Amino acid sequence: MTRINLTVDGEKVADDVEARMLLVQYLREKLGKTGTVIGCDTSNCGACTVHLNGQSVKSCNVLAVQADGAEVTTIEGLATDGQLHPVQEAFRECHGLQCGFCTPGMIMQSVDLLKENPHPSEEEIRLGLEGNLCRCTGYHNIVKAVQYAAEHSSGAVEGAPA
Amino acid sequence: MIPVQFDYVAPTTLGEALTALSQHGDDAKIIAGGQSLLPVLRMRLNAPEMVIDLGKIEELRGIRDDGDAIVIGAMTPHAVVGSDPLVAEHAALIPKAIEHLADAQIRHRGTFGGALAHADPAGDLGAPVLALGATFVIAGPAGVRTVPADEFFVDLFETAINDDEILTEVRIPKHTGWGAHYEKFVRVAHQWPIVAVAATLQTNGGTISEARVGLTNMGSTPIRARGVEEALAGQPATADAVRTASERATEGTNPPSDLNGDAEYRRHLAGVLTRRAVLNAAGA
Ligand SMILES: Cc1cc2nc3c(=O)[nH]c(=O)nc-3n(C[C@H](O)[C@H](O)[C@H](O)COP(=O)(O)OP(=O)(O)OC[C@H]3O[C@@H](n4cnc5c(N)ncnc54)[C@H](O)[C@@H]3O)c2cc1C
Ligand code: FES
Ligand code: FES
Repeated sequence: MTRINLTVDGEKVADDVEARMLLVQYLREKLGKTGTVIGCDTSNCGACTVHLNGQSVKSCNVLAVQADGAEVTTIEGLATDGQLHPVQEAFRECHGLQCGFCTPGMIMQSVDLLKENPHPSEEEIRLGLEGNLCRCTGYHNIVKAVQYAAEHSSGAVEGAPA
Repeated sequence: MIPVQFDYVAPTTLGEALTALSQHGDDAKIIAGGQSLLPVLRMRLNAPEMVIDLGKIEELRGIRDDGDAIVIGAMTPHAVVGSDPLVAEHAALIPKAIEHLADAQIRHRGTFGGALAHADPAGDLGAPVLALGATFVIAGPAGVRTVPADEFFVDLFETAINDDEILTEVRIPKHTGWGAHYEKFVRVAHQWPIVAVAATLQTNGGTISEARVGLTNMGSTPIRARGVEEALAGQPATADAVRTASERATEGTNPPSDLNGDAEYRRHLAGVLTRRAVLNAAGA
């Protein structure tokens, strides 16, 4: 067992974990944060996307021990004081989902994308979400949701300059 | 799936990492960004007893200007290398290749050294680094040695790095002001290239004075297209001249046949993609 200390969605946590435990398992099984989901076995789908020290990563492809000392934000930590994050709001407004399974990862990656590029073109959105698969193939409304978020929330996106 | 159990250490210096590697020998595996290793461990295609994490070793991270070369630390993530102004200025081919490597999440975690040490023949960094004539700096129990790019890639997933050694940095000779382009052919999003061509060249009043071209996935290692380079030198950067030179792209190649295409198809792609890469790099 290895001792890890990290911050998840603003709360400090410490645990003894097996070295082989994946970050996504740690979030779901140890912390009960089942908002982050697992969609594949090959690190292709992006459903498990979270932010590690402010950058999007696939949490099925990171060991929990590699997150020692880090700050992790999951889909469950995006809303503040009961207020949806602007990107969550945009996905709701534009119906950027069908079954919803890819949605947590899509939203986390969209937040990262808008932080690096607050006003992306449609092509830049599609390229920026390249690592996130939607098996319902609702990509069209997902792209619209990101455009909506960009139009309605400049400055309100996590990490963007105020 | 979940990997088989293993022990884990995260040393904070290169010296400690080398000691751990010597102690555990064959049973140990290094983890850098984990973006290739973790899928392998999860599929249980490999089951090391000890995993040595380089993630906490600061000295392996970062990019610096060293006179005639840009030096990239092995643990520098793709996203950092891809957006670094020094690299863009002196080795423009590298950010061009990183732009379409995997996806944003993987570019945040995966490292420059990890990708090269992994030596997947479809990896996007081998051909650019080979074309630019990079030197690999490798540390081991006996000290530090350097290996030229021509000798670094040995075979499929095999490099000049020995089991008790760690790649510490890659030195890229400056190619300031050279045009560059990476032409990657894929069928679906964030796929490994079926074939890709890395080209960088210097032009002088519309004439190509020197060109360097590398091929991805045209053999078990990245390949330097020396025939094309020779044929381009002194030629005008025109569609006709470049087309003729690109016909030599298949010289010395041994492309694989798989579900994405047979060897014949890949040979065809190599010519077409070389022409596109060279013309783009020449700004023509
Ligand atoms: C879904 C997906 C898509 C991808 N698509 C692409 C793509 O299109 N193009 C592409 O080029 N790559 C792609 N990759 C791979 C990506 O580039 C990885 O980042 C890279 O191959 C490995 O880098 P890493 O730092 O994660 O290394 P790791 O996975 O940690 O290590 C890889 C191997 O190298 C060894 N190693 C690592 N660092 C060192 C070192 N410093 N010294 C000695 N040995 C070392 C490890 O022991 C291991 O065997 C993809 C990966 C995934 C999961
Ligand atoms: S579950 Fe992580 S990428 Fe699919
Ligand atoms: S909405 Fe069903 S997978 Fe995307």
